[in-house]
Amino acid sequence: MFLDIEKEIQFLEERLKYIKDIFAGKKSKDISLLQGKLEDFKENYRQLKPGLAKQRLASLQELFDFLENKLDHQLSPMDKVRIVRHPQRICLKDILENVYDNYTEIGGQDEYSIDPAMLIARAYITRKVGKKIYHQPVMVIGQEKGHGEEFRNGGSVKPWGNAKALQYMKVAEKENIPIHTYVFTPGAYPIEDYPGAAQQIARNLYEMAGITVPIVAVFSEGGSGGAEAIALADYRLMLSHGYYSVISPEGAAAIEGKIRSGQKASPELIEKCAAFLKITADDNRVMGYIDKVIKEPALGARPYHYDFFKLLRQEVIKATDEIVLKVRGVGLLRSFALRKLNNPNIYVNWTLGKKAQKRLLNLRYNKFRQMSQHAYLDGTSWWQKLTGLCSEAGWVIYGLLRYDFFKRNQQRLAHLVDDLKGEVLAVGLRLQHGWERFKQKLPWSKLTPKPDLCELTSLSKWDDQEDKYVYLSPQAKVDRAVSCPNADKDGCLDQWAPDLFGDMAGVCAYCGHHFPMEHEWYLYNVFDLNSIREFNQNIEATNPLDFPGFSHKLLQAKEKTGHKSACLTFEASIQGIKIVVAVLMAKFRGGTVGAAEGEKFIRAIERANLKYRPFLAYVHGTAGIRIQEGTNGVIQMPRCTLAVRRYLDSGGLYIVVYDTNSYAGPVASFLGCSPYQFAIRSSNIGFAGPGVIQETTGLEIPPNYHKAYNALSRGHIQGIWDRRQMRDNLYHALLTMGGDRLYYQ
Amino acid sequence: MRLNQKINQLLEELRTNPYKEIEVKAPCSGKVKLIQTKTGEVVLGPRGKYKQKPGTLLAYLTRENNQKKICAPQKGRLSFVASLKENEFVQAGALLFKIKNHLSKQEVIKLILKEALSLFRAPEKGKYYFLPAVDKKIKAKGCQSVKVVPGEEIVILNRMKRETYVAYQGPAGVIYVVYFQPGQIVEAGDVLFGVCPERELEAIKEVVLKVQSEWEENGLG
Repeated sequence: MFLDIEKEIQFLEERLKYIKDIFAGKKSKDISLLQGKLEDFKENYRQLKPGLAKQRLASLQELFDFLENKLDHQLSPMDKVRIVRHPQRICLKDILENVYDNYTEIGGQDEYSIDPAMLIARAYITRKVGKKIYHQPVMVIGQEKGHGEEFRNGGSVKPWGNAKALQYMKVAEKENIPIHTYVFTPGAYPIEDYPGAAQQIARNLYEMAGITVPIVAVFSEGGSGGAEAIALADYRLMLSHGYYSVISPEGAAAIEGKIRSGQKASPELIEKCAAFLKITADDNRVMGYIDKVIKEPALGARPYHYDFFKLLRQEVIKATDEIVLKVRGVGLLRSFALRKLNNPNIYVNWTLGKKAQKRLLNLRYNKFRQMSQHAYLDGTSWWQKLTGLCSEAGWVIYGLLRYDFFKRNQQRLAHLVDDLKGEVLAVGLRLQHGWERFKQKLPWSKLTPKPDLCELTSLSKWDDQEDKYVYLSPQAKVDRAVSCPNADKDGCLDQWAPDLFGDMAGVCAYCGHHFPMEHEWYLYNVFDLNSIREFNQNIEATNPLDFPGFSHKLLQAKEKTGHKSACLTFEASIQGIKIVVAVLMAKFRGGTVGAAEGEKFIRAIERANLKYRPFLAYVHGTAGIRIQEGTNGVIQMPRCTLAVRRYLDSGGLYIVVYDTNSYAGPVASFLGCSPYQFAIRSSNIGFAGPGVIQETTGLEIPPNYHKAYNALSRGHIQGIWDRRQMRDNLYHALLTMGGDRLYYQ
Repeated sequence: MRLNQKINQLLEELRTNPYKEIEVKAPCSGKVKLIQTKTGEVVLGPRGKYKQKPGTLLAYLTRENNQKKICAPQKGRLSFVASLKENEFVQAGALLFKIKNHLSKQEVIKLILKEALSLFRAPEKGKYYFLPAVDKKIKAKGCQSVKVVPGEEIVILNRMKRETYVAYQGPAGVIYVVYFQPGQIVEAGDVLFGVCPERELEAIKEVVLKVQSEWEENGLG
């Protein structure tokens, strides 16, 4: 008789435990009230008549509902982090069961999968319109946390899991069906085993930038790079109790509090960092990185909230419809068609034609291009803007004439001239041959001039060593000896700094180890003298989240370096080849990328595109995305990758050169997606630093784990260059990779 | 009995001085600032799976404004610390520290076996098996019943779908100990087995047994 009641009590106990977990020991009158009432009821219900007991239970349930609603308004950002991490949180399998009408898991099942943290399913949604029933197929891709199943790794996807996701995105593209991605990850599993965490995320982003089917992303837990690997979408939905952030609050607290490994940041600091980073759905909606927030039940959706799944279903259908209707059909009628969205009973076919696909890619590019405009300062005067626009228009006309109209006709002419030249040359050679033979028959023909004997017997000339390097590093002006880090292994002797950093350009004379050099060294010694023309120097990094104390640090960096952001963009030439360059400078906040850097990078690529020039990204060093900018920083990953994709699709040549240390977001997106990446010797390339790997995975990694040679053997980079030969190598690379197509010819 | 004497002598030496002592010298001339100043202090050697964490910092050596760290190369107790003033100049090769490490049982046995056995190493990487006849004998009576002479084919190397017979090279004797598991991949240069002259077998066994039972280890190992 009391079985039903006992079951309900158990359910209420679980609810109470959940509430306690979410508020993590915080004292609240409401929670103690719930506990008191529940315990009271548990003790006394057996003495009551069944009818009365049920009545009391109902009122207790109502009290739970009421107080859950009340507590929902008190949730802090960190409480929301605890919600998404809770094992009771809905996971992708619940969504597949309840949102889609049927599904088949593909690419592995449960623990029998190349990466159980990445779940892929071919699903369909059934829509009944009138008497007709339509099955609309979709590809569902997302991280699976599996209510805390251990083998799921908490939704941390390994590189091969992301590769699997990409494989099925391509399948969806081939089948012309929309992709629904669900982001449930605290971050990617940071290991460099092939294909490499950073490299695979970069590849995913690059491919998603050009996928010709609608992509809808739903965020629950969006942890930085791991989230971006599947989240470059046309429509980005977010669950109201989710978070989307550049770093976990604990990670931010460890950096802010300068916590060393082994120690823990205080809960208060973590709570503060979670609030500062503006990670909640509403914050991200306001900043424009999320299109719509889906309201969850009080204290977050759990698997028994069936109404929520119904809402989620409506929202993903509506989002897909909206994308399709925005790009399909005749332009004028499109706004009319969009009205269909308000009527859920109207069926929209989700397949796209060729033209619609093109519009979809354009729309996707523009969507991300317009993001984070508020997060940087543009100090360019109106006059400069105007002249910029004029010159842009000039370049467009020039480009059309030079590379389109003229090139087409020029090619025809050139072919004709080539043919003629060949004929003339053949005849000429025959004549010359005959003449030579005739000459040899002449009696005085043996008096042929001998090669310059002097040239063969004397030593070659000593180059003027004094002017070898134009720029002298300040490190060369200090009177001290320097030990090579490989001294123990290779027996390198100490070297005097003026020699090492002057004549040797910071390269150990014994083992070839490259000591870090300032980026100015490269500006002076790699590019043609006086060929550098900087642009967009007035774009300035700011503190868009008003992160406490950060404005001051930023100001210090600006004063120290004399630059307004970590990205330096300029036009230059190398042995006469004109190129556009973006440099990430390690000395400005560790070369971190925020909104200003991303914007400068995109504008530089756009300029290269406009002027039909090769584009070089020289990464003097980058520590990753600037965490104090939160999502404003992390959004630069898809933004810049989209720009790279557009540039490469229109025929550009994009070369990346890494130096010193390059890690995290930028490597896992717009840098890592380049087909031609090189590294200066002794540089480190990777996704997460050794400390982070040790802390997140528990793996102890070898000391050479991030060395460029490992990246080379993994296939991430294509070559390792000596610093002193960078100019020649770059010139060579531009010629071999660009060849005839340099300047898009 | 020469070998036996040699082993006994070695054991005697180890008994009187059961330590491995390492000298830490100045790698180059310069001014030394000692960080560890007391003898008897316990220091740690390089740690971590890949020995990536350096040992305990012993001193700083500064030459031409270049400060270098001198770290302990192995764990043990400091048995000697040079008496130097703060920032005293020393020549290259000057003795700065001595670190004493008590030898463990395994280390002593290893030293003795190194002295007593001739080791047969894997010529290349692959899986190794004893010849079937030898294998049978080992399984029935133990490896010390197998006699080997130079030039005798003793193991089979299995690699990349081909099998090669490998002949034993070294002094004749009996196999004292086998270091590999049949069917397991062995790196080139790893020891496959150790051989000792037949008449020394009993003596070596005795010594090892003695060490096993009598050798005392201190906390430092």
